[in-house]
Amino acid sequence: MKCEDAGNKLMAYMDRRANPAERNEVDEHLAGCAACRTRLAEFREIWNVLDEVPAVEPSFGFDARVRQRVAAQPQPRRWFGWLGIEPRLAFAAVLLIALTVWVAKMPTSNPGTTATAVAIQQEDFNAIKDLGVLENFDVLTKFDSLSVASASAAPQQEKSQPDEPTAND
Amino acid sequence: MARTDVQVMLDVKAGDDASFDFLLQKYRSPLVNFLNRMVRDSATAEDLAQEVFLRVYRARKQYTPSAKFTTWLFRIATNVALNSVRDTRHQKMEVSLDAPMDDGDLAPRELPAREMRIDEHMVERARTEIIRRAIWSLPEKQRAAVLLHKYEEMDYIEIGKILDCSEGALKSLLFRAYETLRVQLSPLVSQSAAHRAGEGRPS
Repeated sequence: MKCEDAGNKLMAYMDRRANPAERNEVDEHLAGCAACRTRLAEFREIWNVLDEVPAVEPSFGFDARVRQRVAAQPQPRRWFGWLGIEPRLAFAAVLLIALTVWVAKMPTSNPGTTATAVAIQQEDFNAIKDLGVLENFDVLTKFDSLSVASASAAPQQEKSQPDEPTAND
Repeated sequence: MARTDVQVMLDVKAGDDASFDFLLQKYRSPLVNFLNRMVRDSATAEDLAQEVFLRVYRARKQYTPSAKFTTWLFRIATNVALNSVRDTRHQKMEVSLDAPMDDGDLAPRELPAREMRIDEHMVERARTEIIRRAIWSLPEKQRAAVLLHKYEEMDYIEIGKILDCSEGALKSLLFRAYETLRVQLSPLVSQSAAHRAGEGRPS
């Protein structure tokens, strides 16, 4: 074993946390290496010197300050509390659902529906086309003037109705 | 039968505030000491220790016992400490063993282990300050490794999980750290040897 490899295992050897196989390896190396024996002795000294740093105690108000900070934490919400987390989010979700339902209920313009509408229009046209009145051109040409004349004559007729018996006479 | 820390933490997760109080009582001193040695300033260390407990409380609902409780706790503490050290690095003066000592940095509730003369007390404080500065002069990850290894007495696997490195890498990291400390603290070692030799002499 090289000194570098032994060095990495010296601390575990010293604090007795090395496993038996590692201890044997280090023991064998130390038996033939004076430098590593010296280093180990110095590590032991340093280990003891580090014990001279005294422990400190937390200040008297430590626990109270921790409890105060913990108490200031937001408490977990109850099962119905989710509505209170983000009212705007809940409103937006409801709006989205309503919009989806409305869009789903709108009539869709699929090819089948269009074909049905065209067939109905064609049927209506055929029915009108076969009407006998359309063949009587005179009726058609006079129809508009008759309707205009009847519209203008109607008030006069209403006015002249009391005189009708006289005229007939 | 006493509950393990993992069971206590699971009780915290279930909403038992008394269990959180138990963990606070048990781990406040180790955490404050660890953070005090990590960040140098005792007031900052206390703030960070509070932050660690707050993070534990906040994370209680997501807690899953995948490792030892101390591994989880000190992983949080190490992350908090490393973030703090990196955030304030530009504000800190470079640590030097030759720089004059600053008594204001010493922990407020530190008491001598036994009654001693004033000059003895001063010598001890000076030695302690030198040791502290040597620890602070280590790179952050080496410092955390030494503190967890030496003062928290954690095993290599647990420290490896906290620092996110393999056991082999951790041993190498620790070796480099203790090698640096061996060089920097060698004057204290020789003083200790002389002191012990003096104590052994008949008066």
